[in-house]
Amino acid sequence: MHRSLHAFRSAYKMPYRTAQIRLVSSHPEVYEPCDDSFALVDALLADRTNLLEHQPSICMEIGCGSGYIITSLVLILGQEVPGVYYIATDINPHAVKVTQETLNAHGVLAELVCMDIASGLEKRLAGKVDVMVVNPPYVPTPEDEVSRGGIATAWAGGENGRSVIDRILPVAERLLSDRGWLYMVTLTANDPKEICLLMRKKGYASRIIVQRSTEEESLQIIKFWCDSDIQDLNEATSSPRKAAASFVGSLVSQFPRIPFGKSQ
Amino acid sequence: MRLLTHNMLSSKIKGVSNGFPLRIEVEKVIEKQVELNPDFLKNIFPKVDWKALVEAGRTMGFAELPEEADLLMLDSSEFLSKFHHALLELHLEEGALVCPETGRKFPVNKGIPNMLLHEDEV
Ligand SMILES: C[S@@+](CC[C@H](N)C(=O)[O-])C[C@H]1O[C@@H](n2cnc3c(N)ncnc32)[C@H](O)[C@@H]1O
Repeated sequence: MHRSLHAFRSAYKMPYRTAQIRLVSSHPEVYEPCDDSFALVDALLADRTNLLEHQPSICMEIGCGSGYIITSLVLILGQEVPGVYYIATDINPHAVKVTQETLNAHGVLAELVCMDIASGLEKRLAGKVDVMVVNPPYVPTPEDEVSRGGIATAWAGGENGRSVIDRILPVAERLLSDRGWLYMVTLTANDPKEICLLMRKKGYASRIIVQRSTEEESLQIIKFWCDSDIQDLNEATSSPRKAAASFVGSLVSQFPRIPFGKSQ
Repeated sequence: MRLLTHNMLSSKIKGVSNGFPLRIEVEKVIEKQVELNPDFLKNIFPKVDWKALVEAGRTMGFAELPEEADLLMLDSSEFLSKFHHALLELHLEEGALVCPETGRKFPVNKGIPNMLLHEDEV
């Protein structure tokens, strides 16, 4: 699909710019853009029209690695959504440096902070983030690999690959604004259905925007957004009929968001 | 690091009850001009802790922000350009952020704050 999307874009003379691999900086201990990174950027491209309409003012990435995603997001929103505040974090000090180089090479600006998830931002940035993107370490590994340091931090996800994801979700929920959107990469082994149910309990609707299988893994990019129908539904669990009605309502309200002309 | 980022950062060291705002230690400040966007500034104004911004601006050598500000002032282009400059154009390139309660220093190198905590601080 990656290739077909490019073909689609050039056929319709729509040169949406994303980060260029040759301009992405690197370091032996920093995750290089991979299938999961490309899938996330393709999801952002597929949702571009909605993103432009959304007019976010604060966008954030957790775990920016090489900077490929945050740079692409800046370029995708580009001039059409001016004056956005972009901020990205990574626990790996080399990663934020490499991200800075990647941003510089593309001539764009984003703020970078080295920290665990969003620890030093949770208090003041709560409820302010309109778009959050996360490609977390999601590979199932023994639990002790998660905190071993080095390049393993980029992919080691502990049991079912959920260790870091399960720490990120409540933070995302805290930081997102009422109209905030979260785009997250998951692996089938992470049990994305259960993640969606978890988020549903917190009032978030979800949709898989991109699904992709490679030889090694099967990835999905999930978009989450706050849905007042679901919040009502959660409050109305005592009244099953009302609950069922608003569940259908929330499904219907998703239809206009589905991009056309895309294979999923 | 721009002062908008400084305005969003706090110290999360174990036992610290109010880790905001972090004190700035300046070694090197740089300025990067960016286009002024009035809508963005109006949007972000209510989210900014004004006192912390004024103090941070002063530390960085920019003392032109008024001590108090309100929404009405956003109609003044002179105010907007000062607000814009302080919030988005001043960068702490080298220095440190200091926890207001413990004095612990978080280094800022090449414009990037390192807020990682040691094991005994979590
Ligand atoms: C799969 S890589 C993704 C990198 C890049 N965003 C991309 O898509 O190419 C995951 C990134 O998350 C970072 N990371 C892992 N644990 C983290 C944590 N607790 N807080 C912040 N970042 C973390 C890793 O250092 C790594 O850069």
